Amino acid sequence: MSNGFLSIEALAKRFPAQNGEGEPLTVFENVNFRIERGEFVCIVGHSGCGKSTIMNVLAGLDEATEGVVIMNGKEVKGPSLDRGVVFQNYSLLPWLSALRNVTFAVEARNRAWTKEQVRAHSYKYLELVGLTGGAEHRKPAQLSGGMRQRVSIARAFAIQPELLLLDEPFGALDALTRGTIQDELLKIWQGTDQTVFMITHDVDEAIYLADRVLLMTNGPYARVAESVEVGIPRPRARDEIVEHPNYYKVRNHLVHFLARRSKEMAGREHATPTGRPETVSFDDPEKERPAPPQAALYAITR
Amino acid sequence: MPAFKTLPLKIQAMMVSILILIAALGVWELSITANSGSSGELTEYERLTGGGAPKAGVPPPSKVFVKAWEQLSNPFYDAGPNDKGIGIQLGYSIYRVLTGYFLAAAIAIPLGFLIGMSPLMYKALDPFIQILKPISPLAWMPLALFVIQDSQASAIFVIFICSIWPMLINTAFGVAGVRKDWVNVARTHELSPIKTAFLVILPAAAPTILTGMRISIGIAWLVIVAAEMLVGGTGIGYYVWNEWNNLDLTSVIFSILMIGLVGMALDAVFAFAQRAVAFNE
Ligand SMILES: Nc1ncnc2c1ncn2[C@@H]1O[C@H](COP(=O)(O)OP(=O)(O)OP(=O)(O)O)[C@@H](O)[C@H]1O
Ligand SMILES: [Mg+2]
Repeated sequence: MSNGFLSIEALAKRFPAQNGEGEPLTVFENVNFRIERGEFVCIVGHSGCGKSTIMNVLAGLDEATEGVVIMNGKEVKGPSLDRGVVFQNYSLLPWLSALRNVTFAVEARNRAWTKEQVRAHSYKYLELVGLTGGAEHRKPAQLSGGMRQRVSIARAFAIQPELLLLDEPFGALDALTRGTIQDELLKIWQGTDQTVFMITHDVDEAIYLADRVLLMTNGPYARVAESVEVGIPRPRARDEIVEHPNYYKVRNHLVHFLARRSKEMAGREHATPTGRPETVSFDDPEKERPAPPQAALYAITR
Repeated sequence: MPAFKTLPLKIQAMMVSILILIAALGVWELSITANSGSSGELTEYERLTGGGAPKAGVPPPSKVFVKAWEQLSNPFYDAGPNDKGIGIQLGYSIYRVLTGYFLAAAIAIPLGFLIGMSPLMYKALDPFIQILKPISPLAWMPLALFVIQDSQASAIFVIFICSIWPMLINTAFGVAGVRKDWVNVARTHELSPIKTAFLVILPAAAPTILTGMRISIGIAWLVIVAAEMLVGGTGIGYYVWNEWNNLDLTSVIFSILMIGLVGMALDAVFAFAQRAVAFNE
């Protein structure tokens, strides 16, 4: 079942010590995980553990100190249109209209297209996020936070990247707008075989959107400790998923991790030799209690 | 005055401006008519400048208005080297300013771009800029006259050298300060360096660059008057100096006003351009 679409191997990021004195800062080390084509994966972890850094390495905007990222059998070196990025602060170009913010990206992707093709394609995606009817001609500063985020999502999807990287895309939005845009995101994603890797701080958002949630321990020496399978079938209805037997199991697991174990498992000394995250799945009663070393930790937190 | 307070602030301000103008002109007019009657001891200054002949006195505003009317109704007459209309003189000055200015822009903006993009060049060229920048542009005049051997071109060179620094520094500063997020947008979309420059860096740095351009044009207009006083021949600076030598203070005051008006117009053009490239984040 593994198609080995994206593989992150022994990734580490270290920053040299301030003024050349003291220890260098190791943000994370020995980070290993895989993502299959078409998967929707969320990553959660406390602030400063290195999520954005990992994402920037995946995007090719930043370089890891050690380790490699392999996508489609090729090492990731530098940015590429195959990987679309939605930054936390939207990163729209403020001097261009919403429409131009999308069309320049579509032009970059499809250099042979005519103006009409570019326009039609851009409109298609702006429509998907409900941003037509005049709003597309406004500058980002004249749009609300939610509208700006929609433009940047439309832009990222319009270039049809194989991998979509989202860094806390809904962090700044109110709950209502957030819900609407989450649904729009799912709607676009489900119609494609695109893969999504998303950073979030919101446990409910992760469960609603993701196939799998990666859990990062606190830094320094952070690592991806667990990979939790959500196991709730799609399409998911917001009001129905809470009825699913997995929902509260997964939710409790994530909340416990963030509240206690992300700290308890932090540090080099708790790292497993392989560096692979422990798979946690609630579908199979056999697996409900993870492997023995983890069980000991459970005893502490439950 | 309750009615006054209900007017929009803009109108209120305009009315106050007009009041101040009338008051100032009134005081000026009255003080001169009052003085001109008193014939007493000549001051040392009056003796030096022509024994207090009526022509040497500061003219009242009414005289300046008459002069302005005369000059502005025929601004482009040309009656020999020392008698040209105010329009021609201003035209020469504007021509020199714009030539020197745009030559400077043609060098400063691309060079500033390069410096802004390259931290190495930024550091390497910084000491030169820091030393050259504070030199009074007129200090270059003797060197320019000697090397170029042409007073016209030397004046243009002085404008060039005084307007290059603000544009160079602001362009470099603006380009170096483009937000990393925007550069990353260009990178993730695999834009070519040229495309990145025109689609991202230039628009992002444009407000800072235009601020530099606006400062430069202001300095250039300040400097041209002094430069033309030195090189002579034509131009508003020469005109002012020439009228002073003729002890025609009415013309001197009139041309001072014109220098102010043209400077204001030049500044307004750049203020407009500045608004055109401004963006809100
Ligand atoms: N240039 C740098 N020099 C030194 N340390 C850095 C540098 N850049 C980032 N760091 C450190 O790297 C760590 C990870 O940063 P990162 O932005 O990836 O965190 P994050 O998990 O995305 O946090 P958040 O959830 O708050 O966005 C932080 O602790 C930060 O202090
Ligand atoms: Mg972050």
